[in-house]
Amino acid sequence: MADEHLPLSFGGARSATRQPNTFRPWQYVAIIFAVVVGALYAAPNLFQPDPALQIRPATQDARLDEDMLLGAERLLRAQGINVTGTQFTESMGLVRVDSDEAQLKARHILATHFAERDYVVALNRASTTPQWLEDLGGQPMSLGLDLSGGVHFLLQVDMDKYLDTVVRNTAESMQDVLREQRVRAVRGREWVNGRDIEISFNDETTRDKARAALKDFEDFQIRNQDFAGNPSLQYRLSTDRIRTLEDRAIDQNLTSLRNRVNELGVSEPQVQRLGRSRIVVDLPGIQDSARAKDILNKFANMEFRLAAQPNTPKFQRETYPYEGRKQDILRRIIVTGNNVQDAQQAFDPETSQPNVLIELDNDGGNRMHDATKDNIGRQMAILFIEQKPIIHQVMRDGELVEEFETHEEKRLISVATIRGALGFRFEITGLSLQEAQDLALLLRAGALAAPMYIVEERTVGASLGDDNIERGWQSVGIGFVIVLGFMLFYYRMFGLFADIALSINLILMVAIMSVLGATLTLPGIAGIVLTVGMAVDANVLIFSRIREELKDRPPQQAIQAGFDRALLTITDANVTTFFVAIILLSIGSGPVRGFAVTLSVGIVTSMFTAIMVTRAQVNLFYGGRNLEALKV
Amino acid sequence: MKQLNIDFMGKRYVASILSAVLLVVSVGSLVFNGLNWGLDFTGGSLVEVSYESRVEAEEIRQFLEAEGFENGTVQYFGTDSEILIRMPPQEIADQSNRGDLVLSKLREADASVTMRQSSFVGPAVGDELAEDGGLALLTALIVVMFYILFRFTKQFAVGAVTALAHDVFIVIGFFSVFQWSVDLTVLAALLAVIGYSLNDTIVVSDRIRENFRKIRRGAAVEVINQSLNQTLGRTLVTSLTTLFVLLALLIAGGEVIRGFALALSIGVAVGTYSSIYVAANVLLMMGITREDLLVPQADDSNPEGSYP
Repeated sequence: MADEHLPLSFGGARSATRQPNTFRPWQYVAIIFAVVVGALYAAPNLFQPDPALQIRPATQDARLDEDMLLGAERLLRAQGINVTGTQFTESMGLVRVDSDEAQLKARHILATHFAERDYVVALNRASTTPQWLEDLGGQPMSLGLDLSGGVHFLLQVDMDKYLDTVVRNTAESMQDVLREQRVRAVRGREWVNGRDIEISFNDETTRDKARAALKDFEDFQIRNQDFAGNPSLQYRLSTDRIRTLEDRAIDQNLTSLRNRVNELGVSEPQVQRLGRSRIVVDLPGIQDSARAKDILNKFANMEFRLAAQPNTPKFQRETYPYEGRKQDILRRIIVTGNNVQDAQQAFDPETSQPNVLIELDNDGGNRMHDATKDNIGRQMAILFIEQKPIIHQVMRDGELVEEFETHEEKRLISVATIRGALGFRFEITGLSLQEAQDLALLLRAGALAAPMYIVEERTVGASLGDDNIERGWQSVGIGFVIVLGFMLFYYRMFGLFADIALSINLILMVAIMSVLGATLTLPGIAGIVLTVGMAVDANVLIFSRIREELKDRPPQQAIQAGFDRALLTITDANVTTFFVAIILLSIGSGPVRGFAVTLSVGIVTSMFTAIMVTRAQVNLFYGGRNLEALKV
Repeated sequence: MKQLNIDFMGKRYVASILSAVLLVVSVGSLVFNGLNWGLDFTGGSLVEVSYESRVEAEEIRQFLEAEGFENGTVQYFGTDSEILIRMPPQEIADQSNRGDLVLSKLREADASVTMRQSSFVGPAVGDELAEDGGLALLTALIVVMFYILFRFTKQFAVGAVTALAHDVFIVIGFFSVFQWSVDLTVLAALLAVIGYSLNDTIVVSDRIRENFRKIRRGAAVEVINQSLNQTLGRTLVTSLTTLFVLLALLIAGGEVIRGFALALSIGVAVGTYSSIYVAANVLLMMGITREDLLVPQADDSNPEGSYP
């Protein structure tokens, strides 16, 4: 069984003119090229980053220019801080300093300097990768929160609540339309029933008129029905529409969260959607989770509504206490905080009470104008809404489970007579200083469309992060050295080939992870350690196969057969492990994902190095020679 | 290197008994002791703090109790100046990490305390993770079974999956008997164990298939025995190198990764054993024959198929 056809072999010497076990020159060149490129892209990880400060605009209007950065540098130098360099890109400025202490001091100085000008000053680690490497796209791996320290939040968006609000608001708009067009619905019946709006009429002609009048509400599936003997219309949100609404709510929450995160001064915050109704917020470098939570999780909004009149139907009004009495206001909302374009806390020049100066967007301004111009002399109320998430313990099916619930606190902060048509700009008063500040900040950041709860929170202290990095790399180092030593001892010359292949494997892994922009976590490092241990398996398979083949073949043929036979086994084994890694990737969040990523990358690189790189070395060393004996 | 000739399959009844005992102990412990689920799965709060010098865990427990944190567990974490405090999920007025409250109390009592980590996991998230994790383990087993079914035969598929389930149960059994904490990294390790053990099983299976086609005579037991002997060297070397690096991880990796390293170390050891005994044993039990492996279509794609 000497020269049977081996379809899966590659790189072997089957042509009659060539020596056994030699590669063509281009094959060596290709392998060397891969290794050099790998080393190049792995290299950025060797450069220790500088402590630095990142300055970037917090709002869309704010512009950063080079002069401002130079100004900041001069300011720091004047305060005795050693600035080691500045860097200006389109979206941000970077000021490098020489120590961690200088970094903290500089942050304080710059934060005060830029405070009024809508810029974020964040602590940062500036890459020291040489420019030419960066130009090639070289970048170090980013560190996960378990290595860099920081806070991770998982927020659950309460879609049920949000959809309820949407349905309720739509019902109110429908009421307005019917009133305008003088179509009478049956009085005193609740319109909203779960996610449906059900309107009853006295006769079918009125119903048909109403249906025509409400034709603009296209998002709903409309059905004619009978409720309690009255011809009725049923409006139901379609599944598609619910999806769109949910997407919009999440998008708005994301925008608002990003704006809020900017207030925290984090250099590389991550705010991302996860699945249908969750949002992940990662804030590297933040240690004070309480403050972060305060800003992120706060849900405050306001609503402008008209005061109720004596003839307002009961179901259109709500009652709130105000200054010791009961105040009835309309359910219908004129404008909410969502229409606010800008909000600043200031002080009323006459009373020196804290106030909030509000600027509405176009839509909000028009609506405010329309609502007020026809109602001069009537009263308008401002409702302040604050949501506090609460966890309840509930017994269900004999098991203690927890339920999240938002406790909504609504409070009238002002009821005032409309003296004239209001426009885009006005002020609101009646808040404490703290409330005015919070309201301004939250209105500026954009209100959350739907309430959210923190369902997971993880804070890793800087000291633990540093420990994790150190211990992680120590494990890689120890494991690597032991495996190198063992292979050398057990396989001698072939062990050396395997060791070189393993080293290249490590470099390629780091390179691929860097290029992919993968995040390194502690389990990720564990995955590297594990790969170091398992990657030699392919070589071991090949070598032990060569040993066996040597019993009944001459050395060159044994090498050839050893590689070829082992290839199939290696492929089978790695493909299945790869499946497992992919499954791991799909369930894992955060750190575990990191493990899955390194594991899958490791499988790919180890197949390349164990088969190609080892083969190249063996071919280079033994190929084409007349071997009498071979020691494996 | 001389050819080993160990009669692996002759001892297969002994091995079956050993496996059975291990499985019974594992399942028994799972039923009676359960698992020490970590924060990832139970939900609740966890705080790790470090002090500048040695502290008494008991004193901290009493202090926290006096401050109104009654249901907490306080234990040393790695060294005797590091403390891990765990609190079950509980109703809290303002939804926040109770760890924050604990931390501020501890800081009031001793300003030198540093926060190492602080976590809060809502119960819903924990349940989901446990569910997803179980589902992932199951999916992994099924996907693997189909791949092996496609590449080998049904006997191999059943053998491999039995071996994998065997390994996973025994590793979980260890965690139950010793009440080590099971967190998300342990779940990741279990999946890695599946990957590793599979690797081993496939290498052995590959050789068994090859030998069945090559060696025309001999009972199935002999063929399997010979295959196991041929792959033994490779199996041991790979298991050794993997155990070496896991040992490095266990010693130098620190407390956070300990559960992961433990689960994998046990898994690799058990996985090596199971690819020799469990998978091959199932093959024999299911009555594998030479004819099962002489599938004509396999000849086109497999080099072994062209043997005379």
